[in-house]
Amino acid sequence: MMDAVARLAESERDLTGIAADGSGEHGVGRPTVYVYEAPVRICHWVNAFSIIVLMVSGYFIGTPLPTVEGEASANFVMGYVRFAHFAAGQVLAVFFLVRILWAFVGNHHSRQIFYIPVHRRQFWKEVLHEIRWYAFLEREPKMYVGHNPLAQIAMFVGFTLFVAFMIVTGFALYSEGTGIDSWQHKLFGWVFAIWPNSQDVHTWHHIGMWALVVFATVHIYAAVREDIMSRQSIISSMISGERQFRD
Amino acid sequence: MGAATETFYSVIRRQGITRRSFHKFCSLTATSLGLGPLAASRIANALETKPRVPVIWMHGLECTCCSESFIRSAHPLVKDAVLSMISLDYDDTIMAAAGHQAEAILEETRAKHKGQYILAVEGNPPLNEGGMFCIDGGKPFVEKLKMMADDAMAIIAWGACASWGCVQAAKPNPTQATPIDRIITNKPIIKVPGCPPIAEVMTGVVTFIITFGKLPELDRQGRPKMFYSQRIHDKCYRRPHFDAGQFVAEWDDEAARNGYCLYKMGCKGPTTYNACSTVRWNGGVSFPIQSGHGCIGCSEDGFWDKGSFYDRLTDIKQFGIEKNADQIGMAAAGAVGAAVAAHAAVTAVKRLASKREHADHNS
Repeated sequence: MMDAVARLAESERDLTGIAADGSGEHGVGRPTVYVYEAPVRICHWVNAFSIIVLMVSGYFIGTPLPTVEGEASANFVMGYVRFAHFAAGQVLAVFFLVRILWAFVGNHHSRQIFYIPVHRRQFWKEVLHEIRWYAFLEREPKMYVGHNPLAQIAMFVGFTLFVAFMIVTGFALYSEGTGIDSWQHKLFGWVFAIWPNSQDVHTWHHIGMWALVVFATVHIYAAVREDIMSRQSIISSMISGERQFRD
Repeated sequence: MGAATETFYSVIRRQGITRRSFHKFCSLTATSLGLGPLAASRIANALETKPRVPVIWMHGLECTCCSESFIRSAHPLVKDAVLSMISLDYDDTIMAAAGHQAEAILEETRAKHKGQYILAVEGNPPLNEGGMFCIDGGKPFVEKLKMMADDAMAIIAWGACASWGCVQAAKPNPTQATPIDRIITNKPIIKVPGCPPIAEVMTGVVTFIITFGKLPELDRQGRPKMFYSQRIHDKCYRRPHFDAGQFVAEWDDEAARNGYCLYKMGCKGPTTYNACSTVRWNGGVSFPIQSGHGCIGCSEDGFWDKGSFYDRLTDIKQFGIEKNADQIGMAAAGAVGAAVAAHAAVTAVKRLASKREHADHNS
């Protein structure tokens, strides 16, 4: 992967310094690589917004808003909060599924968040390097086209595993309302074999929300920081799909 | 209680019902079930010849609240269930026989109705110290349970004790009280959880088995679907207040007087599978939520160990702390947020320093 970047940088170097317009202004050619294909980007943003809706509505399911006045028939506050949660949950589930399917047809970057190459020594060496970089022990970061090894671990655990856990426990809890003859219960009812008392499933689902809050915090911070510190585009890459190397 | 070969027919004749009425009943039943012309005589034949189902009712570690509930059944009356529908051959709490006579009935039923009797178990066996925490007839209860289970047709696990373990199995469970489905694995077991189960649910399960000669349809956890497939919450008469967002916040506030939803007061209705909100208690008079107190989830697994009955969010007891998911989550998110801020600050300082260094070098 590093070789690829180096080669790209090599080939693109010729472009640097070529005049861009007649006024003598020099355009600076920078190596860019197309990393995130459109479906990956769409999934990213749909999932991000769904997760925000899910976190807010989920919090208010656990800790409801203050009581509203008037007749029960004239209000539907909790109903709307739960509807938002269920709707966003189903959207997240569908786009998570789309994202998995895209891993089969997309480029090799689209598969990165679904595995950790545990058997490769080189991978772990680079993980160590990344840890040292974040601990301020390395002066220069390494460049990666896709996720760096540490980011790959974070994405696999913090996004793929956590979200999968939330989708599974979420549908299991949803099946409590739809009943034991529903497809949700047929597909996800096995969760209650692990936790026979659904109160535990609620608690774990709740803890999962906070785990995602922690992941989102780290994810956003790392993206902003690396965008500045690693001399490569991170944030705009998830909009344009292209990664730009600034040096 | 020895005459276990009685049939339905002999019992209803004894209660003063004529043979003519009996046949009218059989024809009516066949007609209302939409069966063919021969069905009436078949039903009559079955009721005349089929022996009543013998039931052995055993008591392990328990408080007898299941029996207390059972004898208050209104539909059907427990008198009809015990005296007409089943042949309750053994129940050490309410039977007349005692001592060796009582023990002899167990042997007799085992020999005479091998593979035909129903074993109803109230309570559970403690396994610690070789089962010495529950001695019944001079033997550990677990041995007696295994012995009687071997030749039973099916087993009913009455109440939270037999189904899940209940209070004697709550942490740290010193006697190692164990739900019966972990001990008997080769027989169909119907769990009828609750502390106690609703009387009508208990007699309803018994009635189903003897009427249809088979077990009712069970859910994934072995509970009869007809009584345990929905949560208290799904059929609660206060549910409209839940959907509207109207909650009791204090036991004596206006919302409590208005009968709003007890969700915030820790009502376990949303996670408890039982028929309380439809069948209700004491002949349909009321149930806990109707009397203003939240459900404590007594028919759920390990309900004693799930934190306070009055908390919405469950306390998590790991690491020696008692905090709920929100408190732990907020602490974790706060710690990570602070770490991120600190990391960002160090990054900024370092960057500034290296820039100055660069500038020094260049100048």
